[in-house]
Amino acid sequence: MASVITPADAMERGAVGRVARMPRGGIYGRRRRRLQVFRVIVLTLFAAFFIIPLYAMVAFSFQGSTPGTHTLSAWTSIISYPGLLGAIEITLELAVITSVVMLALLLPTMIWVRLRVPRLRRVIEFLCLLPLTIPAIVLVVGLAPIYRQIRIHISLSALMLFGVYVILALPYAYRSLASGLEAIDARTLAEAARSLGASWFTVIARVIVPNLWQAVLNATLLTVALVLGEFTIASLLLYTNMQVALYDISRASLNAGVLFATSSAALLFAFILLMILSYVGRRRERRRGAAA
Amino acid sequence: MATQGIAAEPARPAGRAGRRSFAWVGTLPFFAYVGLLLILPTAIVVWGGISNGHGLDLGNLKILWDANVRTSFLHSVELSSITALVGAVLGAILAYAVASGNPDGLIRRTFLAGGGVLAQFGGVTLAFAFTAAIGPTSGFLFHASWFYKFPIGIGLIYIYFQVPLMLLVFLPAIVGMKREWREATESLGGSTWDYWRLVGGRLLLPAFLGATLLLFANALAAYATIQAWENQIPYVVPQMISNSITSEVGLASTNAAQALALGMVVLVAIVMTLYVLLQRRTSRWLQ
Repeated sequence: MASVITPADAMERGAVGRVARMPRGGIYGRRRRRLQVFRVIVLTLFAAFFIIPLYAMVAFSFQGSTPGTHTLSAWTSIISYPGLLGAIEITLELAVITSVVMLALLLPTMIWVRLRVPRLRRVIEFLCLLPLTIPAIVLVVGLAPIYRQIRIHISLSALMLFGVYVILALPYAYRSLASGLEAIDARTLAEAARSLGASWFTVIARVIVPNLWQAVLNATLLTVALVLGEFTIASLLLYTNMQVALYDISRASLNAGVLFATSSAALLFAFILLMILSYVGRRRERRRGAAA
Repeated sequence: MATQGIAAEPARPAGRAGRRSFAWVGTLPFFAYVGLLLILPTAIVVWGGISNGHGLDLGNLKILWDANVRTSFLHSVELSSITALVGAVLGAILAYAVASGNPDGLIRRTFLAGGGVLAQFGGVTLAFAFTAAIGPTSGFLFHASWFYKFPIGIGLIYIYFQVPLMLLVFLPAIVGMKREWREATESLGGSTWDYWRLVGGRLLLPAFLGATLLLFANALAAYATIQAWENQIPYVVPQMISNSITSEVGLASTNAAQALALGMVVLVAIVMTLYVLLQRRTSRWLQ
């Protein structure tokens, strides 16, 4: 990783960083070299700090029964380990349900508020960002009686966790969608469509939302990443999702290769999601830059 | 902007302005959902902490003076402040190194995406990674005898997610620094050291302190990682809360959990209020 850090990277065209904007030669040249050295050293050290534990986990998952040998058995036993595959399935299903419900709830509301009730915007923003300040563990304490009441009447499957997960996803989803809405002129689009006789439903579903697909994708990726990593609420409401299953395995035997195999797969998957997100964001900025 | 405003006005029929608008009805599903699953639980915690089922009763809060509970609050504050400070300093250095490169380059992209995963979505897996790397019996690199010591063992794992969070939170402030500030310092004969001490450092200070508070609140709320690290001894408040939920579910322990949770809400509320105040100061200079 560290080897890809080259001065050329920092000097690439379009760069607005300090290094790139400094003129060559003289005091600036010296300072640029110093900054470059600082940058390479710092980034290398931090990359090592972040990668070493992950590397150890991956290496561990490939380790054979005797030191020095390698095997795929930890990875293949993800499928056969009792309960694990079911828990992964539940997590993936939860990711889909949570994303759909989050979009169905938040997207029309945010568009509607922007177009018709702008005075409620601050309130919506405040409520959406509120979950960042309320620890999940506190939310569980308050939710336990509600879930208990509902459970008396109907048995709830683990999929019902989507209710809380939507709340946890609100801050991330709100910020993605809000920045998407900032970038388009929703009001003018809506008025153009309305003047051509479109209903409000058509305006939202067929005019505004198609212009927001990147923001929608961003919100969805963040929601999926969040659901993949969630442990606290599932564990304390006594449901088994992927993270809870991993935790249970770690209690049974800490050295299980399957534990490290699944954990690395989950982290890698989340990393890929966020990497995709960073590229989606870039294209939007570029287009905006071209328009300006 | 002005032309948009003018264009927008005639589209609204003149008669409608006088009539009452029922457009707010469209926001009801959202408010109902958030009310049921966010506001109501929070209200249950607050009310449960200060009532006994019949009415106001501050007796539950006595549990906050219990020796074990006090210790867990002290542990929480200790772990959170150490990892927030170390994480903030390291994260700020990392943010500066990342900011000085190409904003569209692979390096920044990788650090930000990786940072996002480690800071926000790691959960219990971060503790497993460290167990795999330096666990006392199983460490792949070496066997750290101090791995299960509080706060050093868990502190290292917390720093592993605090530094990336600092990177995400602090990067915008660093990017917002203007080249003109540096030039102005130089034209007045200031050195690099003068610049950081008198200009850059002072302008970044509110953002830095604000980010540090955010890291503090983040560590305070964290539960998954420390529970995966050590579940036998409840070191911090979230673990105390989870113990009182999962142990015999009687009214007494529910109230205990609610009183503890209320204590956390108050603590986080104080930290976040300071954060918002600092944030206002920051946004005056760094956009």
